[in-house]
Amino acid sequence: MVSLLLQPWPWWLSGILIGLTVPFLYLVAGKGFGISTSLRHIGAACTPNAPFEYLNKHNWRGGTWNLIFIGGIVLGGFIATRFLSAETVEFLPASYYSAGGALRLLAGGVLVGFGTRYAGGCTSGHAITGISNLNWPSLVATIFFFVGGLLVTWGIGSLLF
Amino acid sequence: MQTNNTFSTRAYGGILLIGLYFGILLVKSEVVRWQRVHDMFLFKEVHMYGVISVAIVVGALSMLLIKRLEVKDMQQKPIVYEPKPFHKGVIFGGMIFGMGWAITGACPGPIYAQIGAGEWLAVLTFIGAMVGMYLYAWLKPHLPH
Repeated sequence: MVSLLLQPWPWWLSGILIGLTVPFLYLVAGKGFGISTSLRHIGAACTPNAPFEYLNKHNWRGGTWNLIFIGGIVLGGFIATRFLSAETVEFLPASYYSAGGALRLLAGGVLVGFGTRYAGGCTSGHAITGISNLNWPSLVATIFFFVGGLLVTWGIGSLLF
Repeated sequence: MQTNNTFSTRAYGGILLIGLYFGILLVKSEVVRWQRVHDMFLFKEVHMYGVISVAIVVGALSMLLIKRLEVKDMQQKPIVYEPKPFHKGVIFGGMIFGMGWAITGACPGPIYAQIGAGEWLAVLTFIGAMVGMYLYAWLKPHLPH
């Protein structure tokens, strides 16, 4: 049992437990499960006088719950790898530990930050919470997450990876 | 904007625990691994599709129950989903995010879980994501919405 716990968990179990994050957050906080908004809260909190309305008119304190949630994710990542994994978890392929890899992560990160904010959500806010609530724009967003990912992977994937 | 934004210490504690729970799941489900994301986009395995689809079904059933039973949250407020509206950014932004997801192997949740797990390269992904957010903040008035 314990040794099974320390292995990667099967997709169906992971899916059930991840899906439960939606009602858990609603029951405790009355909030929709979403993560990419945290980037905006952090920006508004760190640079309240940034010359952009998106940040200087944003009440990040209203997102305190979200930042605490993110803090939990960081802790969870630590606990899961330190105490709940039999083997070292390989997050990134070996080729990313290089100057080129660092550059790819930085550039890819820019696309993640820009794209999620432009789309108004990511995998959690749009794909899971949005579709769960039968919000059709979220389905459109999710389809285009895949369009973008497939374009890169099949288009220039052989050059990048 | 939102009706209720401050919580009791107990509620904040609960939120932290849910974050912890989700962070552990991101790692144990391997959704945080670049290889899993890559194999998803290559249609090599069902793993990621399975995780995301089951999560959506469980989320949808939960929402159905919450609505049917008119469940209230810990603050005794009714639970209401705030719909995310459609605009052109859903398409363009969605596509741009998908590209970044394929390159970094991480959507925003996993970036935080990777950092917590001590994967220091993920700090670069995070810095990039912050730059991307600032870029959006700057360009927002000129982008089609």
